[in-house]
Amino acid sequence: MVLVYSDNKKITIEILSKASEIAKEQKKKVTAVIIGKPDENLAKEYISYGAEEVFIAETELESFKSEEYSDILASIVKETGTETILIGSNKNGKELSARLGGKLNAGCVVDSNNIYIKNNKLMAERVVYSGNAIAVEQFNSTPAIITVPSKAFDSLKKDDSRKGEITKKKIESEKSKSKILKAHEMKSEGTNVEDAEIIVSCGRGFKDKGDIKLVQELADILKGKTVGCSRPLAADLKWLSEEHWIGLSGHKVKPKLYIAAGISGQIQHIAGMRDSGIIVAINKDPEALIFRSADYGIVGDLYEVLPKLTDAVKAKMG
Amino acid sequence: MNIIVCAKQVIDVSEMKVDANTKKPILQGVPQKISDIDKNAMEEAIKIKDKHGGKITVLTIGPADAKERIKEILAMGADEGILVTAPDNIDYFMTATLLAEAIKKIGEYDMILCGEASIDLFSGQIGPRLAGLLNIPQITYALNVTAEKDKVTAERNMGDMAVTTEATYPALITVTKEINEPRLPSLMQILGAANKPINEWTADSLKSGLKPLVETVELKGVSMERKNIVYQNDIDESIGKLVDSLAKEGVIGR
Ligand SMILES: Cc1cc2nc3c(=O)[nH]c(=O)nc-3n(C[C@H](O)[C@H](O)[C@H](O)COP(=O)(O)OP(=O)(O)OC[C@H]3O[C@@H](n4cnc5c(N)ncnc54)[C@H](O)[C@@H]3O)c2cc1C
Repeated sequence: MVLVYSDNKKITIEILSKASEIAKEQKKKVTAVIIGKPDENLAKEYISYGAEEVFIAETELESFKSEEYSDILASIVKETGTETILIGSNKNGKELSARLGGKLNAGCVVDSNNIYIKNNKLMAERVVYSGNAIAVEQFNSTPAIITVPSKAFDSLKKDDSRKGEITKKKIESEKSKSKILKAHEMKSEGTNVEDAEIIVSCGRGFKDKGDIKLVQELADILKGKTVGCSRPLAADLKWLSEEHWIGLSGHKVKPKLYIAAGISGQIQHIAGMRDSGIIVAINKDPEALIFRSADYGIVGDLYEVLPKLTDAVKAKMG
Repeated sequence: MNIIVCAKQVIDVSEMKVDANTKKPILQGVPQKISDIDKNAMEEAIKIKDKHGGKITVLTIGPADAKERIKEILAMGADEGILVTAPDNIDYFMTATLLAEAIKKIGEYDMILCGEASIDLFSGQIGPRLAGLLNIPQITYALNVTAEKDKVTAERNMGDMAVTTEATYPALITVTKEINEPRLPSLMQILGAANKPINEWTADSLKSGLKPLVETVELKGVSMERKNIVYQNDIDESIGKLVDSLAKEGVIGR
């Protein structure tokens, strides 16, 4: 059986398409798992996107804890003899998968965007060394756990005529010794760099928080409207929220056009934007690393270049 | 408070070169260091020890030359080092199993601190895997940690959620890079570290016959072909050329 789980519906639906492909080759069934309240509508939706079975693990648990969720998944895996486990690669999903791997002594590969079967072995590829290489990982045993980031695979076309079985079962989990005291959504301004077509990013080359308006103005003129930033601006200076942070430990983006101003181009930043269409760099240091990762670059002071570039783009776009 | 810090020796990714023909990374000869975020874990351990007293043990699974790196952590303030020498083709299952066995051998502990991920492969598996094997609570992605006598609390960055979690001891915590600024040891501390014990255990003595469940069968190169057209001269002229190029590329325009 190929098991699919994520607390994020969109990722679950995307993974279901890959799961169907793997299941066909392994001559197994695709089962989507829902943990929590029995949501039959959600189960039906998963079926319409390719799940052949939906297993609803009914629990009284109020919130997500890896300790308890991994316990539930471990019981399901053992009970059903699941061989392949695909889990959504958000932070919950990653810590859940790794703990599940520990509990089941199962191999686990996180953040894979290419999964296939070769010589009867399950293979998963992932980016390593800050984007310098792709590791091809081969599973030597089952169960095998793989986490899949959002947008790695296209979902199947929704088809309401697909049939599937819905199983509901109460599953007890071991009570965790941890307690969630508080959980709230991070304040969101609705910025979504991952979906943006054009991003203008700023880095430590900016002297003051107020100067970020220079990138915002260019982004607006480009009709991209999306501002990104390097780690220090979000993590250390907190001039921008997490939503804007691009890189290895931030968001991975692939816009058509990525403009980096006052960003040095350290490998951890490049790791988040290397798949962009066209990359433009503005930096006053001609030796800056960012120029090596850029299609076009302007050596100059961003305080002079950005306003002029904004005007020139405005003129060009009419 | 007995604290175990797990630290990994990694290659310095920013010093890595790529073969011009095959585009494959060249792993030989790259300088080695302790993974950055593991130093944040160590810094946090020192702060907790300063408050509650106790002992900090740094635990590394790695090649024999990792001993030199462990000395850096001892210089920061760890009391004792343990190096479990392990084969090259080790996977997360083996690493976590060896860590768990080593920790059982160490005996009593209250807290295990790890980095959220190592900077070479950035999987973030070891902390949660280890917690699963030891069957203790895990607090991941900590932005700050408050250790009290009988419980520990941390604020965590879970992406779109900010979560505050509390656990009793023993507990495993993985920290983010934002949690603190790791100290640079003084010359005195570096010299002093030479006298601190580093025990070497072999993987086989902890658990024999371990085989990887996941094998890296190939490292493929990634081509980063970019045009690298850089305008250096007159700013106005440069901007004119850039805007024309972008229009031709079809990325700006109506
Ligand atoms: C484990 C780990 C994870 C990390 N994750 C990330 C990540 O996800 N994202 C990320 O971005 N970083 C990440 N980093 C940090 C990364 O290594 C760099 O430190 C960071 O990207 C540097 O940010 P920066 O380019 O804004 O600043 P700097 O490196 O300080 O660069 C500033 C640049 O601005 C230029 N400049 C200054 N003034 C001007 C001016 N007036 N006009 C034009 N140019 C000017 C300078 O020449 C310089 O090139 C990570 C590091 C580690 C160790």
